[in-house]
Amino acid sequence: MIEIKKLTKQADNKLILRGIDLSITQGETVAILGQNGAGKSTLLKVLATLIKPTSGLVKINGLDLKKDHIEVKKMFGYLPHSSLLYDHNTPLENLVFFGNLYGVKDVENRARKLVNDVGLSFFINEPVKNFSRGMIQRIAIARAIIHEPKIMLLDEPHTGLDQGAITILNNVVLSMKEKGCTTLMVTHDFKQAAAICDRIIIVKNGKIADDFKINSQSLSLVSEKYQVLVEGGS
Amino acid sequence: MSMNLEREKAPLPIVDLAPVKSSMLTKILYGGMVVSMLAAFYFIFMYAEVEKTMGAVQKIFYMHVPSAWVAFLAFFVTFVFSILFLIKRKRVYDTYAYVSAEIGVVFTAIVLTTGPIWAKSSWNTWWAWEPRLTTTLILFFLFMAYLMVRQMDGVWDKKARLAAVFGIIGFADVPIVFFAIRWWQSKFHPIVFGDGPSQEGGGIAPSMLVALLVTIAAFTFLYAYILHKGVSFENMKIKVGHYKEKLREKLEN
Amino acid sequence: MLRAALTIAKKDIYSELRTKQVLGTMIIFAGLVILVLSFAFDPANNTTKAVIPGAVWIIIVFSGILGLNRSLVSEQRNETMHGLMVAPMDASSIYLGKFMANFSMILIVEIVSIPFLFLLFDFKITGSILYFILVLFVGSFGFIAIGTFLAALASNSKSSEMLLPLLLFPMTSPVLIGVTQATKIILTNMEKLSTALSWMQLVAAYDVIFFVLCFLLIEYVLEV
Repeated sequence: MIEIKKLTKQADNKLILRGIDLSITQGETVAILGQNGAGKSTLLKVLATLIKPTSGLVKINGLDLKKDHIEVKKMFGYLPHSSLLYDHNTPLENLVFFGNLYGVKDVENRARKLVNDVGLSFFINEPVKNFSRGMIQRIAIARAIIHEPKIMLLDEPHTGLDQGAITILNNVVLSMKEKGCTTLMVTHDFKQAAAICDRIIIVKNGKIADDFKINSQSLSLVSEKYQVLVEGGS
Repeated sequence: MSMNLEREKAPLPIVDLAPVKSSMLTKILYGGMVVSMLAAFYFIFMYAEVEKTMGAVQKIFYMHVPSAWVAFLAFFVTFVFSILFLIKRKRVYDTYAYVSAEIGVVFTAIVLTTGPIWAKSSWNTWWAWEPRLTTTLILFFLFMAYLMVRQMDGVWDKKARLAAVFGIIGFADVPIVFFAIRWWQSKFHPIVFGDGPSQEGGGIAPSMLVALLVTIAAFTFLYAYILHKGVSFENMKIKVGHYKEKLREKLEN
Repeated sequence: MLRAALTIAKKDIYSELRTKQVLGTMIIFAGLVILVLSFAFDPANNTTKAVIPGAVWIIIVFSGILGLNRSLVSEQRNETMHGLMVAPMDASSIYLGKFMANFSMILIVEIVSIPFLFLLFDFKITGSILYFILVLFVGSFGFIAIGTFLAALASNSKSSEMLLPLLLFPMTSPVLIGVTQATKIILTNMEKLSTALSWMQLVAAYDVIFFVLCFLLIEYVLEV
C-alpha cells in the first residue's frame, strides 16, 4: 500500500529525515513513536504531500506521490494538530465544503451522518469558534474521514482530548480498519498506541530505529522497547 | 554529563587553515577588472572630448550609463538563476540570484544619484518622470522587494523558493513597465546609440562612444568580479553554518 | 479544477457575507480615502475635476490591498490552508478560487464607492460609462490577479501586511499607469478614445501574461 524508499528531507542545513525505508500493507494500523524532533511529523507531512522530500521515493498503491498527486490525495485523510476548520462556519458547512473539494456524492447527508456519529448533532448549526478543544477535535476527525479515505494520517490525535473523544477517535480508527483502511499515527500516547495499533515504528534522529508488530495490547512491550532505544541510549 | 564533557575535550579536528589559493577565475576577473577600469579612466578623462554645452559635468554620463547597464544585467542574472533554482533546487543558484540582486541595488542606487546630477546640468531639472529613469526607479523598488522577500523569517529553502518566484515575475514586469512609461511620456532622454532622428541633441561623438563602450566593459568586469566574490563569501557563510550545526549535534549526542 | 476553485470562492464569499468583516472594512476605508482626498484637493475648485479619474484608482488600490492581505492570512487560522493543500486539486485551483473571491469583492467595493466619489465631488461624466466599466474591469482584473499571487507569497511572512504593499505597488505599476491614463480619457475626453483603447490593450496584455505566470508559479509559493 505504502512504499517508502530512501526518503530524506533536509531543512536549513539539518537532515530531518535521513533515509527512511518503510513498507506498509493495507489494513495495518501503525503507530510512529519517537522523541520530539525525531522527524515523525515531518514524515507524516511528506506523506500528506505538504512537504516535498529532498530525495527518495514514495509510492502509494503503485502511484507516485508527486506525479499522480491528485489521485493520491483522494486516498488520504489527514488529521494534524490544528483542526483545519473555518472558525466562522458551522460543522455542517465545514464538512460540506471539504466534502465538495473531495468530490463526495450526496455530501450534505454524509456530513450530517458524520456529525451525528461524533455526537455533536446538537451543535450542527453553531459556529465552530464557540467549541471546546474536544468538540473541535471531534469535528476535525469527521473532516478527515468525510471522503472515506483509504489511508489515514493522524498527527498526535489523542493530545488534549477527554475520555469521550478518545473513545470516539479509537472507534473511528477501528471501524475504518474493518473497512480495510490503513492508518498511520504519530503519537506520544503509548497506551492508546498499544490499544489500537498492531505495528509500532520507533523513529530516532530521522531514521527508523525499530519496527515490530504487537498484539494483545501489550503496553509493557512498547514502553520497554522505547526505553531501551530512545531513553536508554543517552 | 560530566563524563561526557571529559570525553568531548578531545581536540576538535584541526582544520587546514592554509590560505586558500584563489582560483584562476578570480585572477582573471580581478585582472580584467583592474585593467579595464584603468583603461576606462584613461578613455573618460584623456581620450573623450569634452562636451560643448555641459562641459566636464557630462563625464558623469560614463558612470551613469554603465551603472544602468549593470543594474539591468544584474536583474537578468537574478532572473536566470531564479529559474535554475526552481528547477534544480540547488542552493548555489539561489546564492547567485541573491548576490546579483544585492549588487543590482547598489548600481540602481548609483544610477538614481548620478541621474539627477546629470539631469540638473543638462535639462535643468533634478528629476524627470522619464521612461528610463522611472523604470530604473521601479527596478530599484523591485530589487528592494526581492531582498525583503529574501530576508523573511523561516528556513532558507522556503525563502529561496519565494524569492526565486518573485525574481521571475519581477523580471517579467520590467519590460512592461518600461513600455508603459515610455508611452506615458517621452520627452527628454536623447537616444544615444544609432540615429536619433526625432530627438534633438541625439547622437554622440565617436570618441565619447569609444569611452562609453570601454567603461561598459569595465563595469561588466566589475560586476562579474563582485558577483564571484560575493558568492564565495556567501558560500563560506553557509559552510560556517554547517560546521556550527555539526558541532552542535556532536555536543548534543 | 474549475469546480474546486468555485467551491473555494463560494466558501470565501459566503463566509464574508456572514461576517461582513473585510468587505465592511474595505468600503469604510474607501470612504475615508475619499474624505482625505477632499481635504487634499478642494472639491469646490474646478481644477479638482482633473484628479478624479486618478482618485478612482487610489480608492481601488488602497482598499483592495486590505482585502488581498486578509484573504490569504485568514487561511492561516487553524491552518486551513494546509487543509486546502492536502485536498485533491492543483495549487492553481486554490489560486483561482482566491482570485475569484477577491475579484468579486473588489467589484462590490467599486460599485459602492465610485458613485459615492462622483457624487461627493460633483463629478459629471462626459465620456462613456460603458467604457469606464470596461476599464475598471480590466484594471481590477490585473491588480487582483497579481495581488492575490503576491498576497499568497507575502502570507509566509509574519509581517505580511507590511510586505504586501512593497511587493505589489512596483509590480502593478504598468497596470496603474495604463488604467489611470485610460480612465482620464474615457471620463473627460472621449475624442482620444483610440489612445484609451490602446492603453487598455496594454493592460489587458499585462493581465494575460501575469495571470498565466501566476498560474504556473503558484505551485512553488504554496509549499510548506
